[in-house]
Amino acid sequence: MAAVTPDQLHDHHHGPTGLMRWITTTNHKDIGTMYMIFSFVMFLAGGVMALMIRAELFQPGLQVVEPEFFNQLTTLHGLVMVFGAIMPAFVGFANWQIPLMIGASDMAFARMNNWSFWLLPPAAILLVSSFFVPGGATAAGWTLYPPLSIQMGMGMDMAIFAVHIMGISSIMGAINIIVTVLNMRAPGMTMMKMPLFCWTWLITAYLLIAVMPVLAGAVTMLLTDRHFGTSFFNAAGGGDPILYQHIFWFFGHPEVYIMILPAFGIVSQIIPTFARKPLFGYASMVYATSSIAILSFIVWAHHMFTTGMPVVGQLFFMYATMLIAVPTGVKVFNWVATMWRGSMTFETPMLWATGFIFVFTMGGFTGLICAIAPIDIQIHDTYYVVAHFHYVLVAGSLFSLYAGAYYWLPKWTGRMPDERFGKLHFWSSLIFFNITFFPMHFLGLAGMQRRVPDYALQFTDFNQMATVGAIGFGLSQLIFLVVVIKAARGGGEKASARAWESAEGLEWTVPSPAPHHTFEVAPVLK
Amino acid sequence: MSVSGRLAVSAPLLLAAQGVLAQSRYNFQPPVTSVAEQIYDLHTLMLIICLVIFILVFGAMFWSILKHRRSRGAVAANFHENTTVEVVWTVIPFLILIGMAWPATKAVINMKDTSEPDITIKATGYQWKWGYDYLQGEGEGIRFLSSLSTPREQIEGRADKGEHYLLEVDNPVVVPVGKKIRVLTTANDVIHSWWVPALGVKQDSIPGFIRDAWFRAETEGVYRGVCAELCGRDHGFMPIEVHVVSQEAYSDWVATQVAMRATAAEDDEREWTPDELAERGAGLYGTHCAACHQPDGKGIPPAFPALDGSEVATGDVTEMLKVIVHGRPGTAMAAFGAQLSDAEIAAVSTWVRNAWSNEAGDTVQPADVAAARDR
Repeated sequence: MAAVTPDQLHDHHHGPTGLMRWITTTNHKDIGTMYMIFSFVMFLAGGVMALMIRAELFQPGLQVVEPEFFNQLTTLHGLVMVFGAIMPAFVGFANWQIPLMIGASDMAFARMNNWSFWLLPPAAILLVSSFFVPGGATAAGWTLYPPLSIQMGMGMDMAIFAVHIMGISSIMGAINIIVTVLNMRAPGMTMMKMPLFCWTWLITAYLLIAVMPVLAGAVTMLLTDRHFGTSFFNAAGGGDPILYQHIFWFFGHPEVYIMILPAFGIVSQIIPTFARKPLFGYASMVYATSSIAILSFIVWAHHMFTTGMPVVGQLFFMYATMLIAVPTGVKVFNWVATMWRGSMTFETPMLWATGFIFVFTMGGFTGLICAIAPIDIQIHDTYYVVAHFHYVLVAGSLFSLYAGAYYWLPKWTGRMPDERFGKLHFWSSLIFFNITFFPMHFLGLAGMQRRVPDYALQFTDFNQMATVGAIGFGLSQLIFLVVVIKAARGGGEKASARAWESAEGLEWTVPSPAPHHTFEVAPVLK
Repeated sequence: MSVSGRLAVSAPLLLAAQGVLAQSRYNFQPPVTSVAEQIYDLHTLMLIICLVIFILVFGAMFWSILKHRRSRGAVAANFHENTTVEVVWTVIPFLILIGMAWPATKAVINMKDTSEPDITIKATGYQWKWGYDYLQGEGEGIRFLSSLSTPREQIEGRADKGEHYLLEVDNPVVVPVGKKIRVLTTANDVIHSWWVPALGVKQDSIPGFIRDAWFRAETEGVYRGVCAELCGRDHGFMPIEVHVVSQEAYSDWVATQVAMRATAAEDDEREWTPDELAERGAGLYGTHCAACHQPDGKGIPPAFPALDGSEVATGDVTEMLKVIVHGRPGTAMAAFGAQLSDAEIAAVSTWVRNAWSNEAGDTVQPADVAAARDR
């Protein structure tokens, strides 16, 4: 018996089987898997909404959907993608990877972990089923600005409730991550030796705890304005509609970093592996991430330049926003310096990571252009902004999620991802992404506003291009499904423990696929 | 041009368009005010700076991708920090930012200077049209509503779309060239945003609050804009049209508007025949009511109730007028008392009471509406 390690002893799961296994599981790997499946389902649902939007915009005039339903689609597309797809996907990565990367046996609060996940499906059902209640889903835009959101039917109340539930889930997930990272690192793993993915998630978790209650407060005030006679956002009762925007964006701007900091972490794990060279400027990466997080709290009103604020207010928020370019630039420079004089190979994860840097930086440039208040006033609420945030959210967050998924798939399934399909997925996504969103810059500059089902004739050809690109992009995502299903069903090349030749980190010291229980005896770092 | 062809030419054209002020499909509309011109130049400056950084950073990255790969026999170095380099690439971006902030600050200060206007116009956003009140300067007292004039048939694809599809209105804003115009924005129901790209003005109009912006158009012409803030189902159908005309043409326009107001005042005083009311009411219904309650009066329940067979529309006249004049707070039903004259409300009420299957059989007179306003 002496030769049997605890890992092998507990290789199999002892407990309920079938559906009850998944409902009652407290295992970080099971929960991570459920988060990722959930987020991919939501991603497809949000994608279908996006394709309906693009179908209507294929040509001027109203052809496919009514304006009211169109507004419901844009609203739910935003809410579903932000709260249903991107955020849970990153939490899924955190669940799977953080314990493996810091040498912990599980997350700190395993039962709470189960509950944070199982809150999500009811929230998603509330959101998606709101399409079918009288009046349909909320059509006030994902930002839910009053007074428009006050006019909505019961779909709005369902969205508010869904946001509450997802907020509770996020806060619990964040507490879990913070406690795990701070308390459960393997002996010898000091903070500054921790993998960067854990650092970025630690900082993200603090952001989540800071701002999710703010969003909950904002939507609760909407709820009481709607049903209980309060006037927080109603000028006739002494309130102010702009107050909502201040509260919302105090949540909303840190929120965009919540969706990109873990992406920075994933990319910072992948580039060194495939450049066969340590990450350049580890410490400055940590400091840059922290600076971005702190700055994110003092830039919110750059979403509100056109609401009309005093000169000093505009200048303050413009300067603060521009400052974010400095730490973000540092990150990009560090990645390029990590590649510099490396010995690079371009397996699928590296392709996605490199694609991420390239396309995300384009979103960074347009972000800098948007930061300049006078320019922002011209392009605010136009397709330029739509292009900008899809460059950072799709080419940023989503591409990094794919990079990470291909990178860690061997650890999750025990099989190497299919390189041929993986590369096809990458190249078709990259090309169709740019066909979809690059022309939107031109549309916005030339004067096409957002959130409209119909447009003037001069915008026709770029819209057609975007629609064609969107269909291609949507179909390309199904390739990913093929790759994952193939690996999960045991197809393809078997992965070794260290699936990628020069991958560093504790997660590569356990077998592939990772057994149900890992690191029951903490590893010791030299 | 094919899609791929467009993709191939778009990037170089973006660069070529700089400095050329002709209408470009790849850039801002040609500016006609100092503010719009400042924005245009700032954007050009930013594009150039970003392009230079882009070439430097990605030049390095792609050089590395091509040269430092294992298939070319590259052996990995092992460096992973260099304080000097890291300080340099923190400080240099900071200096570049200061270079950007300087002209941007000047533009912000210029945009915010709404002092000493020649003419002040209040733009009020309604779901889904604009109302304009000339508050000060030549034309003081003029007020009118401005709605989309593109016919429904064009939107629904039953007729060919015109040149200014969705960018045309029945009553445009008219201003004289070279005069400083201050625009006060507010709204009646939800937040809208008054945006005319060529003038460099985009200002949210917020219910219960007044905000301001200004422009001084240097070239005569017609400048078109749209509502930029999501404001409900017909957000995409409430354009703005500003006619910048010579001083003489402006004075003529003011005279015509004053005369029209006198006629409208007379309309409110007299008794109307049922036929007159029905004829005028049908047109008004199409402009102000049909977007929500639908041309067939069936509405889109529950948000927009049906008028055909409605108890409100066929019942007590006083109750019906109360809803039309004061709106229904908390719903999309606006208070039309502020938008329409007594004669107009009388006409549209009469028409609705007798349209489709409604058979109230009575007429509503301007005097009834005047009485309803006081309730």
